[in-house]
Amino acid sequence: MTDILMPALSPTMEEGVLAKWHIKVGDTVSAGDVIAEIETDKATMEVEAVDEGEVLEILVEAGTEGVKVNTPIARLAGDDVAPAPKKAEAAKPEAEAKPEPKAEKAEAPKAPPAPAKDGERIFASPLARRIAAQNGVDLKSVKGTGPHGRIVKRDVEGMKGGTASASAAPAKGEPRQVLSLEQQGIAPGSYDLVPLDGMRKAIARRLTDSFRDVPHFPLTIDCEIDGLLAARAQVNALLEPQGVKVSVNDFIMKAVAMALKAVPEANASYTPEGIAMHHHADVAMAVAIDGGLITPIIRKAETKSLAEIATESKDLARRARDRKLKPEEFQGGTFSVSNLGMFGIKSFASIINEPQGAIMSVGAGEKRPVVRGDSLAVATVMTVTLTCDHRVVDGAVGARFLQAFKPMIENPVTMLA
Amino acid sequence: MADTFDLIVIGSGPGGYVAAIRASQLGLKVGIVERENLGGICLNWGCIPTKALLKSGEKYESLSHLKDYGLSADKVGFDFEAIIQRSRKVAKQLNSGVGFLMKKHKIEVIEGTAKLEKGTAAPKVVVALNAGGNRTLEAKSVMLAVGARARAISQIGLEADGDRIWAYREAMAPKFMPKSVVVIGSGAIGIEFGSFYRALGAEVTVVEAVDRIMPVEDIEVSKAAQKAFEKRGMKFRTGCKVTKVSKDKAGVKVAIEAGGKAETLEAEVCISAVGITANTDGIGLEALGVNMDRGHITIDGHCQTNVKGLYAIGDCAGAPWLAHKASHEGIHAAEHIAGYKTPNVHSPIAGCTYAQPQVASVGITEQQAKEEKREVKIGRFPFKVNGKAIASGETEGFVKTIFDVKTGALIGAHMIGAEVTEMIQGYVTAITLEATEEDIHGIVYPHPTMSEAMHEAALDAYSRVLHI
Repeated sequence: MTDILMPALSPTMEEGVLAKWHIKVGDTVSAGDVIAEIETDKATMEVEAVDEGEVLEILVEAGTEGVKVNTPIARLAGDDVAPAPKKAEAAKPEAEAKPEPKAEKAEAPKAPPAPAKDGERIFASPLARRIAAQNGVDLKSVKGTGPHGRIVKRDVEGMKGGTASASAAPAKGEPRQVLSLEQQGIAPGSYDLVPLDGMRKAIARRLTDSFRDVPHFPLTIDCEIDGLLAARAQVNALLEPQGVKVSVNDFIMKAVAMALKAVPEANASYTPEGIAMHHHADVAMAVAIDGGLITPIIRKAETKSLAEIATESKDLARRARDRKLKPEEFQGGTFSVSNLGMFGIKSFASIINEPQGAIMSVGAGEKRPVVRGDSLAVATVMTVTLTCDHRVVDGAVGARFLQAFKPMIENPVTMLA
Repeated sequence: MADTFDLIVIGSGPGGYVAAIRASQLGLKVGIVERENLGGICLNWGCIPTKALLKSGEKYESLSHLKDYGLSADKVGFDFEAIIQRSRKVAKQLNSGVGFLMKKHKIEVIEGTAKLEKGTAAPKVVVALNAGGNRTLEAKSVMLAVGARARAISQIGLEADGDRIWAYREAMAPKFMPKSVVVIGSGAIGIEFGSFYRALGAEVTVVEAVDRIMPVEDIEVSKAAQKAFEKRGMKFRTGCKVTKVSKDKAGVKVAIEAGGKAETLEAEVCISAVGITANTDGIGLEALGVNMDRGHITIDGHCQTNVKGLYAIGDCAGAPWLAHKASHEGIHAAEHIAGYKTPNVHSPIAGCTYAQPQVASVGITEQQAKEEKREVKIGRFPFKVNGKAIASGETEGFVKTIFDVKTGALIGAHMIGAEVTEMIQGYVTAITLEATEEDIHGIVYPHPTMSEAMHEAALDAYSRVLHI
């Protein structure tokens, strides 16, 4: 049997509304079938089946609010793992059983399931169980230090924020299970454990998948940006009355968009059905925020002026830091830019942000010796590295993109051409 | 005789001798040094003999209520000397019992006074033998279980003299039955002696510096206890500072001061119960550089001092100064010495006062919860509506529970009434096993028992009380 879990529609989503079922008990689903609709406070999205099999049980009824991510919502027959906890156990109601089980149950496992997937009982004190449930800590992942390895309060205290995983089977594509730190010789108590929040889990999962599964390679090129810096000074002088200030990164976003327009093969995504050639350059920019990063998107950047890009990116970055972005504002870009120039990083190669075909890593602009003709000169040089998904962006395609990008960033006036 | 051991325990009180037994069970070769009586203060001059006295007092007091039970008796009286004799006999019996236990566990008892010197694995123990001569003992680990003694405040003349000014030792084996007593200090020891002498008819006045009696207890318990004791004829002077204790042939004069007003209390004897002083002097701790905090030895979560191989447990290592805390630490330390990787020693320690009525508590008080800004739910249940209590004619007192709102954990329980000292362990078990309100509500308490009040007090905290 396989449990279908409540999916996370965004890296920060913790719960949602199970709006509608497209399947019923007895239906046979195959991977890719739309099985349900999930609403967050921002959007409604369709959920596709990942596994195939006959629908054995619908565990969470349509219209249920507050369904926690990773709660089992339906069960498929299949040759997978042993039965996960039954409905009643998975969603064990609180002490005061209220005569309104529908919404209550959907609030999902307040008490974590006692039986593990192999039917083994988890020994934990009542208080440890409750604190774990309140903090969304999966007791199966906790090592007990009480008598006979019983999980007690001190083992779960301070562990916070993880998603409540009532499922026995790890989500597909979860980072591989490594040996515990203790097994690797790091003594318990010699470190503090920062619990994984939704964002950290999303980063771990997505980037592990990408780095492992996407055949990637880097292409590096140096760009002289003295012309860009001069142009920026002019532009900013011009825009000053409007209170707009254009950053080097805004120029890069614009140049990337123009280069993508010039080399559309670099603005593409690999799918098993074919290569998706995107109509617009929806350029995502990596923004570091507390506890992780997020990639808000400048949509149709090729159509936007520098001032528009500057204004928009400033707003997006601010709201990203406040964690106020809507899912559609950070999901669905076609190309990413990651800039660590402000930290003095010379060059680096980012990990592909699937399903995008490439990501550009921007280093610091710094004065370096350059050879002009047969003599040395000094120029402000910025190294950029393009990491390409070889399934869509071959070496030559990536190189042509950088060839298009370089003159635009070195001489921004050419973007007008 | 061999002079090398795996463990030398210094002091054979309830901390030391229990630690020695545990270490022996774990295969260690153990020696225990005792300068006076096996079993320490607890067995010989503390917990046990006072319980013998208090039982006599309680039985005697119950005779005055015979009519309530439809009974009558003529010539009710007591033999003070016999009461004291019985108490001493009880102490002697337990003292021999510890001797037997030491033999059974092949623990060598070294009678003498120990002093520590610098050693290699652990400090060396030099014992000035009671029989004369010295003996030097070496061990891989040394455990200090040297206990504490009654605190004396010589500046105001509060120093036991065996005549008119008594500490627990004199109060336990007095030469005469005093007609009037001033007890200084209203902690467990002061209240117990006050209760005992009052039960036998002495005029008893208890002086307390804080504005309420039994200051470590929950304030509601303090108030109820004072009322209950006053009903029995005890007098209290709270918020009073003792400025001078002096004596003459007739008795003692205790000068007190409250709110700027001075007054003198007169009585035949004065019992000093103003706390304890750890027995940490004269053992050579300073020379070893043992870290101390206000007279007590500083220990870590495994009862280790800062000196290699040196452990300290019980009263000498800090509050609460209770025998069961010492035993608990002793066992933990013995296991740590034997190589057990147990988590830090940390368990709720209940406090019990065996007065009439009894007081027992564990965890935090309502005042502490407020100070810690914890959100709590509080439940109460009086014994006066408990069936068994009514049937027994022991309806005095109540049970109070304190739960943490967020987790539902029981974090405090306070009881006053008959035999509550026997009941508190129910809550101690609940807290130790980390029970939540749900678990306690689900426990089936036998009927009819006074312990049903414990269930009701837990239900009351969640507005589910049944019998009110």
